[in-house]
Amino acid sequence: MEHAEDNVQVIPPNKEKIRRLWTVAGYLAAVTAVEFIIAFTMNHGPLKVAIFVGLTIVKAAYIVGEFMHLRYEVKVLFWSILIPMIFVVWMLVAFVYEGMAIGELRF
Amino acid sequence: MASTTGVNVPAPGRSVWDGGVSPMGASYGKLMMWFFLLSDAFTFSALLITYGLVRSSHPAYAGSPEDFVFSQEYWPIPEKVFEAVPFFHGLEAPLVFVGIMTFILIMSSVTMVLAVEAGHRMDRAAVEKWMLWTILGGLTFLSCQAWEWTHFIHGTGVGASLSYNEYGPPDFAAFFFFITGFHGFHVFSGVCLNFMVYYNTVTGVYQRRGHYEMVEKVGLYWHFVDLVWVFVFTFFYLV
Repeated sequence: MEHAEDNVQVIPPNKEKIRRLWTVAGYLAAVTAVEFIIAFTMNHGPLKVAIFVGLTIVKAAYIVGEFMHLRYEVKVLFWSILIPMIFVVWMLVAFVYEGMAIGELRF
Repeated sequence: MASTTGVNVPAPGRSVWDGGVSPMGASYGKLMMWFFLLSDAFTFSALLITYGLVRSSHPAYAGSPEDFVFSQEYWPIPEKVFEAVPFFHGLEAPLVFVGIMTFILIMSSVTMVLAVEAGHRMDRAAVEKWMLWTILGGLTFLSCQAWEWTHFIHGTGVGASLSYNEYGPPDFAAFFFFITGFHGFHVFSGVCLNFMVYYNTVTGVYQRRGHYEMVEKVGLYWHFVDLVWVFVFTFFYLV
C-alpha cells in the first residue's frame, strides 16, 4: 500500500493559475474596502443602497465565477445555475414593494 | 482528472442528451452539489428577502446619524448597533469587527481554492496544508460570531431576545438571530466537512482513489458559505 501511494506523480504548481487566484482575492478585498469608505462618507438614500447592491453583485460574480469555477464550466451548467436566479430577483422586487405597502397601511 | 471532466463529444448524428456522454461536463457528485447549492441559495434568499419586506414595512430613522438613539419606533441604523470590538471595551468602532470577520472568511475561501488547486496536481502535502488553514479560518470566524452574539444578547441594558431588544423593533433581533444563525450553522457544517476532507487526505484515501474530487465538491460548499456572507454583510450590516 505504501508503495502504491509513493508512485503517484505530483505535478508542480501552476504559477499563473495561483497568481490569478490571489488577484481575485485582491479584488474582493478592494471592493470590500470601497464599501467601507462609502458606508461612512455617503448619506443614506436609494443611491447608496444601489451602489452597495451593485458592488455585492460584483463580489458574488468573482466568487462564483473564479473560486467556484463556474465561468469555465460548460455553458449548459452555467445557465442552469444562473437562470433560476430570476425567481429570486422577482421575489425581491415583489416583497420589498409589498413591504412598503404594508408600512403605509400600518404606520 | 478524467473522472471529473467526463466525455463531452457525442457519436456522429447523436445529441449530447442521447446518453453515453456528460452534457454538463461534470461528474454526478459535482453536479448535485451545484443544484443543492442552488436550492440553498433559494433558502437564504427567502430569509434575506423576508428581512427586506419586514424592514421596509417599518419606518426608517429620518434624522442625522449623529443624533441617533435606539427606539422601538423605527428600524435602527446597523452601524450604531454593531460598533464594538473585542478587547477594546467602550471604543466606538462601527462595523470594524464585522469587517475583520468578512476578511477572515474571504481568506479562508482563498486557502480553500488553493487546496482544490493542489488536489488537481495530486499534491497531498499541499492539500493538507491549505485544508488546515481553511479549517482554522472557519473556526476563527465561528469564534468571532460567538463573541458578536454574546455582545448583541447582553447589550448595554436589557440586551436582546427573540421577543424584545434594546436596539429597535422586536423583528430586528429576531432576524439577526435567524439570518446570522442560519449562516453560522452553515459555517459550522462546512468546518466539519473540511475536517472530514482533511482527515481523508491525511490517511491517504484520496491518494488511493486516484483523484481529489471530494476537495472540489466540499470547496464548492465552502465558497457558497462565503458567498452568502457577502450578501448578509451588505443587507444586514451596510444597508
